[in-house]
Amino acid sequence: MRPFRFTNAKDASSAVQGLTSNPNARFLAGGTNLLDLMKEDVERPDELIDITRLPLTQIKAITSGPNQGGLSIGGLGRNADAANHPLVRQNYPLLTQAILAGASGQIRNMATNGGNLLQRTRCPYFYEVSMPCNKREPDGQSARSGCGALEGINRMHAIFGWSDKCVAVYPSDMAIALAALEATVRVRKADGQERSIAFADFHRLPGDTPEKDTNLNHGELITAIELPKNRFADHSYYLKVRDRSSYAFALVSVAAALEVKENRIVQARIAMGGVAHKPWRALKAEQLLVGKEATEANFRQAAEAEMADARPLAHNKFKVELGNRSIVRALQMAFNGGKA
Amino acid sequence: MEDNQTPQLTDDEKKLFEDLMPEDLDEILDTGVNRRHFLKLMTLAGGGLLAAHSAVAEQVFTRPLSVPSAPEPASAAIENGVNVSFKVNGAARKLTVDSRMTLLDTLREKLELTGSKKGCDQGQCGACTVLVDGRRVLSCLTLAATCEGRSVQTIEGLAQSQNGSAVRLHPMQAAFLKHDGFQCGFCTPGQICSAVALLEEARNGHASYVTENVRQTAGPVQLSNEEIRERMSGNLCRCGAYPNIVAAIQEVHSGKPVEQTWQFVG
Repeated sequence: MRPFRFTNAKDASSAVQGLTSNPNARFLAGGTNLLDLMKEDVERPDELIDITRLPLTQIKAITSGPNQGGLSIGGLGRNADAANHPLVRQNYPLLTQAILAGASGQIRNMATNGGNLLQRTRCPYFYEVSMPCNKREPDGQSARSGCGALEGINRMHAIFGWSDKCVAVYPSDMAIALAALEATVRVRKADGQERSIAFADFHRLPGDTPEKDTNLNHGELITAIELPKNRFADHSYYLKVRDRSSYAFALVSVAAALEVKENRIVQARIAMGGVAHKPWRALKAEQLLVGKEATEANFRQAAEAEMADARPLAHNKFKVELGNRSIVRALQMAFNGGKA
Repeated sequence: MEDNQTPQLTDDEKKLFEDLMPEDLDEILDTGVNRRHFLKLMTLAGGGLLAAHSAVAEQVFTRPLSVPSAPEPASAAIENGVNVSFKVNGAARKLTVDSRMTLLDTLREKLELTGSKKGCDQGQCGACTVLVDGRRVLSCLTLAATCEGRSVQTIEGLAQSQNGSAVRLHPMQAAFLKHDGFQCGFCTPGQICSAVALLEEARNGHASYVTENVRQTAGPVQLSNEEIRERMSGNLCRCGAYPNIVAAIQEVHSGKPVEQTWQFVG
C-alpha cells in the first residue's frame, strides 16, 4: 500500500475543509471497500481523514420539511445498526432486508450507511490494475484505459444502461432498496451548507465518464439518508439471486414494494440490482402495475415489459429471463407480506 | 517482527548446530544467520537427528521466538507514524504504527498475538475476525490507527485465564472441540470469535436475511441452524467443517447438548 497521512476529523466542518484542500485525500469511514482498493493499488490517496468519530450516527423521525413523518438515518451510522433499528424494521422492512442481504455480519458492523452508497464496482477488470479499465484509468488518459469486460468475461456485468466505455454493475444492496423507497441523500458541501440529492440522481450511468460513480463532488460529506413516509411496509420484499446462498454479490436483485387496496395495486415500486451501473428503477413495470389486480399474470406482463429493453452482453443473456422471474417472484413475495 | 531484529544464536543453539552441521557453521554465522533461519534449518534437518539432542533441542524449540521488544520508535521516526492507545484482551497497549498498518498485522507482528489469521487479507474469508468494542469486525480491513481508545478481543482473550495462563476455555471453544468444528484449524480463531459475537447479536434480537418477519422486534431470538449458517456466512472454511461448526454454535446458543455428527472408529 502506498504511504498516506492519517488524520482524525474533529468535526464535520474540518473534515469537509480537509478533503476540499487536498484533491488526493479521501474520507475513511468503514474502510471495507476503500482499504481493499488501496491494497490493490486501485485507490491511491495520499491522505485519509477518519470521519468515524463524527456524531452523524443517529436514526430519528423527521419532524419538518418535505420528508416530514419519515426517517433520517445518519450517514456514519453502521449498516448493522440501521438494519436492526426498530423504526427501520417496523416501517421500512425492505431496507432492513436489503442491508442484511449484503456482505457479512462482520462487514455490516464496520460499513457505514453513507459509505455503502459509495461502494465501487466489483468488476474484476477494475480491480486488476494490469487490465484495461476506463473507470480506473479515465478514457484516453493512460495506456490502460479501455474496457476489458466489454468483449472479455462479462457474465456478472450490466444488461441496462451500459456504454462502450463501461459495462460494470453497481454492487450495493442497500442502495437498491433506497432507490425503491425514493430516499434523499443529505450532503454537507465545502461551504458548510447542506444540499439534498434525490436518490435517482445520486448514482450515474457510465456514459463517457465511468470514472464518476456518483454526482457527489470531492469534499462533500453524506450526513444523512432520508426516507419519506410510505405505505409499503405491509407489502415489500428484497429478493437477491446469487451464485451461492449468502455472502456473494447479486446476479440480479429486486426490491419490490406495493401499496395494495382490496387486491388492487395502488402504487408499485421496483428497483433492480446487478443489472446496471446504478440502481435500476423498473419504471415501465411500475407504471403497468398501477390499478391492476395483484395476479401472477399481471406481474409477469410488467416484468416482461421492463426486461424487453435489456441489452445483454456475450455472457449474461441469462440475466434477462432471470430478471423476469426475479421481478415476478419479488412481487409475489411482497404481495404476500414477505412469504412465498 | 523483522528478521534483522531477531537475536543471534545462543550458545546452546550454536552447539546444537555445530553437532548437526559442523561444516556449515562458520559460513552461516559469518553471513549473519539469525534464530529464525536457524529454527527453519533445524526443522528441515529432521526429527531423527534431533532425537539424539533432545534435551537441548527441546529447550531451543520451546523458547519463544519473541525477544524483549526494542523500544518503540517515536512516531516521527516512522513515515506517517500514528500513536495509538487501545486495549487488547484487557491489557492497555500503546504503540506507534505506520498509518498503513492494519489491526491484523499489528496484532500478529507487533503484539505477537498470532491467533488471528491472515487468510485473504481482502475481507472475503473471515479468518481475521476479532471483536472491537464487543462487535465482530475484520481486522484485515481495520487500520490500527482507527483503534484509538477501542477495546479489542482476540481468540487469545476468550478463555478465562489466571496469571497469564488459560484455566478454562470459553464455552464456544469447548463446543468446537467437542463437535470437531475444524480440520486444519486455520479458520477456527475467526470462526470462534464470529460465533461468540453472533450469539450476542441474537440476544440483542438482531435479524438476518433469512429471518421470516423482520418487523417482529421483540427480544432475543432463537436461531435455527439455517439462521446460524446465514449469520456465519462471512467465515469460510476450506476444509468444509460447516456441519460441525453449526452444531457447536447451536449447542452453546440453545444451552442443550447437540448430538455429535461424528464418532471415533472402533
